[in-house]
Amino acid sequence: MLAYIIRRALYAIPVLIGVNLITFLLFFVVNTPDDIARMQLGFKRVTPEAIETWKATHGYDLPYIYNEQADGLDSVTETLFFQKSVKVLAFEFGRSDAGRSISSDILERMGPSLALAVPTLIVGMLVNVTFGLLLVFFRSTAIDWGGVVLCVLLMSISPLFYIIAGQYVAGKLMNLVPISGFDGGWDMAKFLVLPVIIGVVGGIGSGTRWYRTIFLEEYGKDYVRTARAKGLSDLRILFVHVLKNGMIPILTGVVVLLPLLFMGSLIMESFFGIPGLGSYTIEAINNQDFAIVRAMVFLGSVLYIVGLLLTDISYTLFDPRIRL
Amino acid sequence: MSRLNGLRLLVAALVVLATGACNGPWNNPYPDADRDGDIYYSSFREPPRHLDPARSYATDEASFTGAIYEPPLQYHYLKRPYTLIPATATAVPEPQYLDAEDNPLPADTPAAEVATSVYTIDIRPGIRYQPHPAFAKNPDGSPRYAELSATDMVGISRPADFEHQGTRELRAGDYVHEIKRLASPEVNSPIFGLMSAHIVGLAELRERLDTARAKLAPGESLDLTAFDFDGARVIDDHRYEIRVQGVYPQLRYWLALAFFAPVPPEVTRFYDQPALKSRNISLDTFPVGTGAYMLTENNPNQRMVLEANPNFHGQRYPSEGEAGDRAAGLLADAGKELPFIKRAVYSREQESIPYWNKFLQGYYDVSGISDDAFGQAINIDAEGNPNLTATMAERGMSLATTVLPGIFYLGFNLNDDVVGGLDDSGRKLRQAISIAIDMESYIPLFLNGRGIVAQGPIPPGLFGYQDGKAGMNPVVYDWVDGEAVRKPIDTARRLLAEAGYPNGIDPNTGQSLLVNIDTPATGPEFKTQMDWMRQQFDKLGLQLVVRATTWPRFQKKIAEGNVQIYFGSGWMADYPDPENFLSQLYGPNGTAEHAGSNYANYANDEYDRLFRQMRVMENGPERQAIIERMLTILRRDAPWQWGYFPRQYALYHQWLHNTKPNGMIQSSLKYLRLDGALRAEKRREWNNPVLWPLAAGLALLIALLLPGVWIYRRREHGALRRRPR
Repeated sequence: MLAYIIRRALYAIPVLIGVNLITFLLFFVVNTPDDIARMQLGFKRVTPEAIETWKATHGYDLPYIYNEQADGLDSVTETLFFQKSVKVLAFEFGRSDAGRSISSDILERMGPSLALAVPTLIVGMLVNVTFGLLLVFFRSTAIDWGGVVLCVLLMSISPLFYIIAGQYVAGKLMNLVPISGFDGGWDMAKFLVLPVIIGVVGGIGSGTRWYRTIFLEEYGKDYVRTARAKGLSDLRILFVHVLKNGMIPILTGVVVLLPLLFMGSLIMESFFGIPGLGSYTIEAINNQDFAIVRAMVFLGSVLYIVGLLLTDISYTLFDPRIRL
Repeated sequence: MSRLNGLRLLVAALVVLATGACNGPWNNPYPDADRDGDIYYSSFREPPRHLDPARSYATDEASFTGAIYEPPLQYHYLKRPYTLIPATATAVPEPQYLDAEDNPLPADTPAAEVATSVYTIDIRPGIRYQPHPAFAKNPDGSPRYAELSATDMVGISRPADFEHQGTRELRAGDYVHEIKRLASPEVNSPIFGLMSAHIVGLAELRERLDTARAKLAPGESLDLTAFDFDGARVIDDHRYEIRVQGVYPQLRYWLALAFFAPVPPEVTRFYDQPALKSRNISLDTFPVGTGAYMLTENNPNQRMVLEANPNFHGQRYPSEGEAGDRAAGLLADAGKELPFIKRAVYSREQESIPYWNKFLQGYYDVSGISDDAFGQAINIDAEGNPNLTATMAERGMSLATTVLPGIFYLGFNLNDDVVGGLDDSGRKLRQAISIAIDMESYIPLFLNGRGIVAQGPIPPGLFGYQDGKAGMNPVVYDWVDGEAVRKPIDTARRLLAEAGYPNGIDPNTGQSLLVNIDTPATGPEFKTQMDWMRQQFDKLGLQLVVRATTWPRFQKKIAEGNVQIYFGSGWMADYPDPENFLSQLYGPNGTAEHAGSNYANYANDEYDRLFRQMRVMENGPERQAIIERMLTILRRDAPWQWGYFPRQYALYHQWLHNTKPNGMIQSSLKYLRLDGALRAEKRREWNNPVLWPLAAGLALLIALLLPGVWIYRRREHGALRRRPR
């Protein structure tokens, strides 16, 4: 397995370089260093001198990829791409174009994002798996049909509706929880109850249908018939045997999501005032802050690669037939 | 037995919940311990980018910088028109005029004969900075936190986390240091360009700093104390002078802005340490001042907290105001020591719906009114006056509206071949378009009435503005039955024909004249506005092409003079002087040629001559007469379709006192007073938990589960029956 992990890690290097290069090219196809400077300098009294000074002090006065004025290796290193993007490969995120430490910001924002995403994922998965198994248990009955229709209905509703309706009902009409906000320690719980419930409810439709499909397929297999022939109850067959054998596709869907939990949820965090990473990248794109965009794209790529690797490794834990 | 335990648990949980309810509303987003405190609650949408006084220029940053920093002057809180009074200075300084040989000249010397104006500012002794580690000293007098390493920073996320805090007296040198910072390339102040044209030697100082900076090793910063210049000099610990070229009376207004606030050199040295920068601790994030408040928490993604500065020097609430202030209760606290509020918490709210609902629940003390909430909060009566709706009135809220000292307009590029030029063709085309664009319908449609139609560039409340017939733009309006009425569209069509475009047809092509409008706004709501704008041009038979783009691209196009008509641009006053608005159309400020703020690139010799005359005059009938002549020229030449002056609406809860809206004072926090006990009572009253829907939901859930249970039991206990496949 170690050899497999090393091989995959080596594969990741050209992928990450490629992602970095593509991010750089795409960003600077749309934006110029002048645009970035204008965005950072604000709305009033922005002079060409101020733009040039800003570019010089922030390293945006260099050529993009190749420096004709420099000699030797400097012609490559004294460029915008090298100075801004290559260091990221060593996880040196540096400072944002607005002057803040990106690593510090990411570390500060990652906690609240995880505080929201982890319980939402765990509770959501438990609920969806349970509902999926129950629908299989009640297969071909009115409950099954009703459940599927309900799932389709839940899937058809916009996530924004769940949020606004949830805030209105639980926060405003019933006054049960704060409408938005965040705090540390135990106080965090009262701010997370509603978004977690909304996250879970919002995911029931698609999640339950997905798991129902997986479990129905498993339920038709021979070992289930054998178990029933041996007299095991349906619930036991479903919640012990079918669940365990259905874990491979579940893991495929879930483990790959784990690293992305760090990246946060844009809508949930902005509506509930959770100071996570969800809006970090979008705000950076809106503010044309290339330093943050490249750091977040790189981090996202790394996490995704790690997620895929974890998925592969997790297969071996649940299915001894799989060897890496 | 287990069922009994479950029941006990349920009862215990309900008791805990009920106890919690007795302690206060469940939906309170703030710690319970703060519920009765005199804490001011507000919000911010976009995190402030800069809190460094030499950089900060955005309105939303001013609510922080205005509370923390103290420039030498400030505006009187209650008086209108806005009046300058001393803040840390002993008096509002009068300039001493000098000739070219530095000989004193009398105060009534004509501006043309004045070579230099010297403003000498005396600082009141005994003013001390907020507690801060930059002032902490070792027993030998050296700075305690001069060489911080990463290990020293363990557990430190803000200056208040340092064990040792210090303070010192405000010195004149701190003001001079800040003026030098305006020239520093490392700071890149937005007003350097403007100030270098006025403050003696500031441009040369920049050149010296550029040279010195080129010799620095990577990571090193300039030590500005090593650079002296003639424009700002320390005379003694409590006195300094600023020298400006010629006459520049507007400098006094600048002295009320944070750009001229004191920044001690030891503070900049402290913040230059890499260990602090890596933790986002800098002058941009944790400002240091002598003002009524200090920033103790700065999490720009969540919350910013101001706390009363324990070293604040004892300012008092004003004892006089304008007519009506006493009746409005605004003088009830006259003479009392400021500030009243000991702590202010600003929470980030990115979305308007949760923000508005929390305001209604009493969790914010003051609110603007978003478009979504306007109908819920405001009724417009038959006379067009805004009133609170019954729901808001029942909650004891008060509404204050004020016209802000700013303008939003549609501009024409005077360098453009079609809409530009000062000849008859361009001028009449612009006049025709100015008549056709019906701002009287734009304001209610897109601003909920929050604006008044502009008749010229000077907003109400500033010297030079005139109401009624005297202030009407006769090119676009007629005075009918005591009010200004927009000229009929036929007048615009006639002007268009005289401009050479009869019925909007371009004689060169035989087609409708095509005009392009550039705008920095995108999004669905703006598309509607642009559709409306097309209709206005349609009235003249003109074809409008909308070129929406990002703000930087828009700015770039403006800078290159690569626009025909532009919309979505405006100007908010830096100071309450007509010069600040009239300068936006001063020829030497043209953007394309001189990189100034005159986006329209308007240049009229007569106007420019009058501007130079008006700029150096004191307010009075003579200045008013010149301004009227300038306005006549502007209205005739129509470089802008004058657009509107924005009107700000603010809602205040009943427990907040001394609220008076204003457009110039950067932060009014120190004047506000609130009744924390009343707020706590109202919050409890408005936010009682409603539990019956929970019980109903539980019952519904049980009802839904019953068929499932029934099927399950049937299956498990009826094994011989046929099972569905």
